Amino acid sequence: MKMKLAMLALAGAIAATGPAAASELVFPMLSYRTGPYAANGIPFADGYADYMTLINERDGGIGGVPIKTIECETGYNTEKGVECYEATKGEGSLVYQPLSTGITYQLIPKATADGIPIHSMGYGRTSAANGKVFKNIFNYPANYWNGASHAINQIMKENDGKIDDLKIALLYHNSAYGKEPIRTLEELSKKHGFELTLLPVDHPGQEQKSQWLQIRREKPDYVIMWGWGVMNQVAIQEAANIRFPMDKFIGVWWSGSENDVLPVGMAADGYKALNMHAVGADFPVYDDLKKYVVDAGKAAGAGDNLGTVLYNRGMYAAMLAVEAAKTAQEIAGEKELTPAMMRDGMEALDITEEKMAAAGLPNFGPAFKVTCENHGGPGLGAVQQWDAAKKEWTLISDFMESDMEVIQPLIDEDSAAYAAENNIEPRCE
Amino acid sequence: MFYREAGDFSTTYAEDSQTFPIRFDRWGYYATLAIAFGVIPFVINDYWANAVLLPFLIYAIAALGLNILTGYCGQVSLGTGGFMAVGAYAVYKLMTAFPEVNVFFHVILAGLITAGVGVLFGLPSLRIKGFYLAVATLAAQFFLVWLFNRVPWFYNYSASGQISVPERTLFGIEVTGPNAQAWATYLFSLVFVVASAWAARNLTRGSIGRKWMAIRDMDIAAEIIGVSPLRAKLSAFAVSSFFIGVAGALFFAVYLGAVEVGEVFGIQKSFLVLFMIIIGGLGSIFGSFAGAAFMVLLPVLLKNVLVGQFGWATDLAAYLEFLIVGALIVFFLIAEPHGLAQLWRVTKEKLRLWPFPH
Repeated sequence: MKMKLAMLALAGAIAATGPAAASELVFPMLSYRTGPYAANGIPFADGYADYMTLINERDGGIGGVPIKTIECETGYNTEKGVECYEATKGEGSLVYQPLSTGITYQLIPKATADGIPIHSMGYGRTSAANGKVFKNIFNYPANYWNGASHAINQIMKENDGKIDDLKIALLYHNSAYGKEPIRTLEELSKKHGFELTLLPVDHPGQEQKSQWLQIRREKPDYVIMWGWGVMNQVAIQEAANIRFPMDKFIGVWWSGSENDVLPVGMAADGYKALNMHAVGADFPVYDDLKKYVVDAGKAAGAGDNLGTVLYNRGMYAAMLAVEAAKTAQEIAGEKELTPAMMRDGMEALDITEEKMAAAGLPNFGPAFKVTCENHGGPGLGAVQQWDAAKKEWTLISDFMESDMEVIQPLIDEDSAAYAAENNIEPRCE
Repeated sequence: MFYREAGDFSTTYAEDSQTFPIRFDRWGYYATLAIAFGVIPFVINDYWANAVLLPFLIYAIAALGLNILTGYCGQVSLGTGGFMAVGAYAVYKLMTAFPEVNVFFHVILAGLITAGVGVLFGLPSLRIKGFYLAVATLAAQFFLVWLFNRVPWFYNYSASGQISVPERTLFGIEVTGPNAQAWATYLFSLVFVVASAWAARNLTRGSIGRKWMAIRDMDIAAEIIGVSPLRAKLSAFAVSSFFIGVAGALFFAVYLGAVEVGEVFGIQKSFLVLFMIIIGGLGSIFGSFAGAAFMVLLPVLLKNVLVGQFGWATDLAAYLEFLIVGALIVFFLIAEPHGLAQLWRVTKEKLRLWPFPH
């Protein structure tokens, strides 16, 4: 008992760091650089951190107020995620981006109660796109159900619109994340007549022999993957082992980074994945990044992820957060922001071509506008393909629409269920 | 000097057989309770509740439960995560099916349901022992997680397969859901912890606990002197699963609020609780608390020191945390193979003789 109390006292002394000093904009980073999902977590975290550093170094912060990022390691684990949230929320955190669907589900009620916005960019709870119910949750510019529809659209394009005789398998991480697209794919299967097979892979995803045996036996025409972390590499390796045609294997945007395909070497050539933004390092922002961040020795992590898909995505997430903070400053008329002001800024966010060009990212993603009703953005996505010889991803399609005719009723249904469970009155009337 | 029996006379049998025969211990225990109930609820904040105290308290209940089965009755179990999942899903189904019933009773009922499941999976223990039983309970672990993932009825057909806790009140105060205050969730869990520890202590020193220990020490000899292995083993499974079920229910309803069975109640949870009782001390109530504290508080402490104080990179700190916790486990087990509880016992022995050790 004594020892326990002594430990508690010691921890108390250590945990008692005061609240953040004034005139800082606090952006917590719930990242993971360890564990089975680190291969994907590191580039995203680096991109996010580097962009924030760039804004500090080049522009002196947002509207003259410096940014403070607080990094907290979650290891993709919900318990650690809760610890990180509780540890950082008192520091004036403006917006949470947990990069984990599990942690997002955890934080949705908590952050709503605390009045802090969450931006789950292309992950989390899909029906959070309905801003009428989910006041504090945003998942622009695209969500899982858009992604499922993009994948089917791509398959339709490749088969001249006739997919009623196709067999499509969904290989998914057996968690809230992987289960998200099932409902949409089932609806789309009813609409278009293709046959859907579901193949769950358990956390962390290193063991997929039986799933690929089943794929070999049932010979689906296409495999769609909802994987993350080590599961991606293993799946692409297994696909190569059974000589599954790589151009018929389509991953969601979380299953399409360099780290996923490089270990498989030439055999991964032709693998496709979705994306919600452009690829490569051919943007003006990289000149600034090199000048102010990398050459100044301020790059996050090992500094070796610049230009990769997930680095770009982390940077995109940071750019959207910075633009939302600017919007919030305009609305509030002050430079210092509270989470409530940040939320208003996110809801009024209007990403135009000019803003992206000004940020050094021209044509990086689609232009879009967030509204009170729609927290999910336009839901545009593109398809990228891996060139194993050149070791690079290229976008092989334009940013395309998804089948909102199918998705919107699903969003309304799921968010209505959430609203009923939690006694939420729809807003925006 | 002050830690001694001298001058502490028992005049009744009840006094003679009390849990803390030494006055100093007894006062320490009362003081701990007084601080836990009277001081902490007034100073607690969200961080302390959700990151430190709730996990500690809830893991302590789980460790108590597993300690009864493994430490007192000698039946090795790797099914703790699965049984916690039973508690969590039971409380979820009960809370959503009978919203008018008080959540306190739901937690108790969830414990009882888990006890039933535990008895079912305890049946193989009548035939097999040791490692073989560990494998049978491992099967329970995987089967239960698979079941909760596979059958949509358990998660009320939600799209993501997640279960999320509805808001429930006790005496008009929220104890579950996002609006629950830190002190309310803390006190709610504390009541269960104190009740569990009190029940476990009194069960283990009564006739049923002696039967468990007889089975643990030598089952054939126990059978010869009249202990029924069937009753002893199954009662240990039932009581242990009850505590683990309560811990699982609190883990979901009060601590996390939303749970995904594969990630939260996977095999690593079974190992974590098993490590707690091995490090804390098998067959010791104090050991369950010490082990839970060690495994829950130490990583948080290290993180706060390395990242918060020294400002080191988070990944470096995370890896160092693994190294340090791992090294400490090895060190403690070499220094004292019987766990922290034995260390504490030895310290107390030494204190009694101090300052005149002979």
